Amino acid sequence: MNLTKQQYAELVKKASPNSKLLPDCLWAFVVGGAICLLGQVLRNAYMVWGMTLTDAGTLSSATLVAMSAVATSLGWYQKLASKAGAGTLVPITGFANAVVSPAIEFKAEGFVMGTGAKMFVIAGPVIVWGMMASVIWGVVYYFIRPFLG
Amino acid sequence: MEQRKGSTILFAKPASIDAFAAVGGKKECEGPLGKEFDLCDTDTMFGEMTWERAEVAMQRLAAKKCLEKAAIEANKLDMVFAGDLQAQCTASNYAQRDIGAPMVGLYGACSTMAEGLALAASFCAAGYAKHAMAMTSSHFCAAERQFRFPLEYGGKRTPNSQWTATAAGSVLLAPNGKGPYVQAVTFGRINDMGIKDINNMGAAMAPAAADTLLRFFSDTGTEPADYDRIFTGDLGAVGSTLLEQLCAKGGKKLTNHSDCGLLLFDREAQNTGAGGSGAGCSASVLCTYILPKLVRGELKKVLFVATGALMSTTTFQQKESIPGIAHLVYLTSEAGSHS
Repeated sequence: MNLTKQQYAELVKKASPNSKLLPDCLWAFVVGGAICLLGQVLRNAYMVWGMTLTDAGTLSSATLVAMSAVATSLGWYQKLASKAGAGTLVPITGFANAVVSPAIEFKAEGFVMGTGAKMFVIAGPVIVWGMMASVIWGVVYYFIRPFLG
Repeated sequence: MEQRKGSTILFAKPASIDAFAAVGGKKECEGPLGKEFDLCDTDTMFGEMTWERAEVAMQRLAAKKCLEKAAIEANKLDMVFAGDLQAQCTASNYAQRDIGAPMVGLYGACSTMAEGLALAASFCAAGYAKHAMAMTSSHFCAAERQFRFPLEYGGKRTPNSQWTATAAGSVLLAPNGKGPYVQAVTFGRINDMGIKDINNMGAAMAPAAADTLLRFFSDTGTEPADYDRIFTGDLGAVGSTLLEQLCAKGGKKLTNHSDCGLLLFDREAQNTGAGGSGAGCSASVLCTYILPKLVRGELKKVLFVATGALMSTTTFQQKESIPGIAHLVYLTSEAGSHS
């Protein structure tokens, strides 16, 4: 059995099934789209109830986050996500799920060193690098703004 | 006298397996081998408050059931070889708080059952133990949160990924008995073919399984067809294909190969990706499928090759490749069937 790592990598590639691209994309599109549609419905509803555009936007985000937190704690969000993939990961509900799930999971290690310390274990890097990216973009925007008219 | 041929230890006086027991979680008990488990728990908490404690409870139950079947007391145990997937092997160590036997903690990931069985058989065959126990466990929930993500996190599994079994298996060996028997063991060597994908552990472990099997065939001068079945655990669907290809390249055609990861679950209906894994997977398949068949005489000569992927989350994040290992145990239904 004299096989180089490259030859073995070829064998592995042939033996390993790929993800089913079309069904995966369809699931992500439909579920992700449905979550965004729900957000839009909520925003319009809040506006009908007399909120300003900004308040209605903030409230619909907050409502989606709350709904995701409840669905996560009941174990429903994970079930949907196992099919929907990026469809549940990308919307704001996915971010809520990423914060709530470790908060529940690590409760066994206590509220401080468990829930407290682990709550941002998945979302933390997103916040750190998201903020860094927005700072960099802010600086770039500062310099290019005079040319944008 | 014990003999050593190459990497293989052939016992002049094969150790006897006097009793065995398996404990399973909900999914495992709903699987194809469900009815064969000695004990099942429908909510996989085993009456405990945390997943880690649930795994401890599983090991304790498996040990007690095994001792009960052999009709001996825990204080008669001369050696226990136990392992699991939890960091620092805590499930095994904590389970032993109640058992109180001389204990060796093992970590061989999914290969641990074969490792423990091989060591326990060696101790019995050498006369160092009258009663030696090999025991392993894994718990899906404890392993997920240690190695991957929290349970409620909405992640999508890749089709190559394997499902950690919630199960424990326990085997009691003695120098003399009515079998099944451990005739020979081959301890594996680390094989690393550069696989870095933590979701494709079957691919990381297949070269180790092929290496150990080819070494055993060469040491004993036997062919795969000389055995009724060759069981690996847990290569899953991807790793099994690769193993058969690697053995064919080594001049040995495997036509009687089964994988414990594919036996424990109905992977289509139970949605377990490429199959089961974890230290409890091969242990529970050994105790619910392989050993019962040897006892009933449905199988007479069997190779049990458990494989392990020996990375940690730290080495994975540091972009290291995954070293694999595979330990082989040659089991027979009758005492005098040395090949």
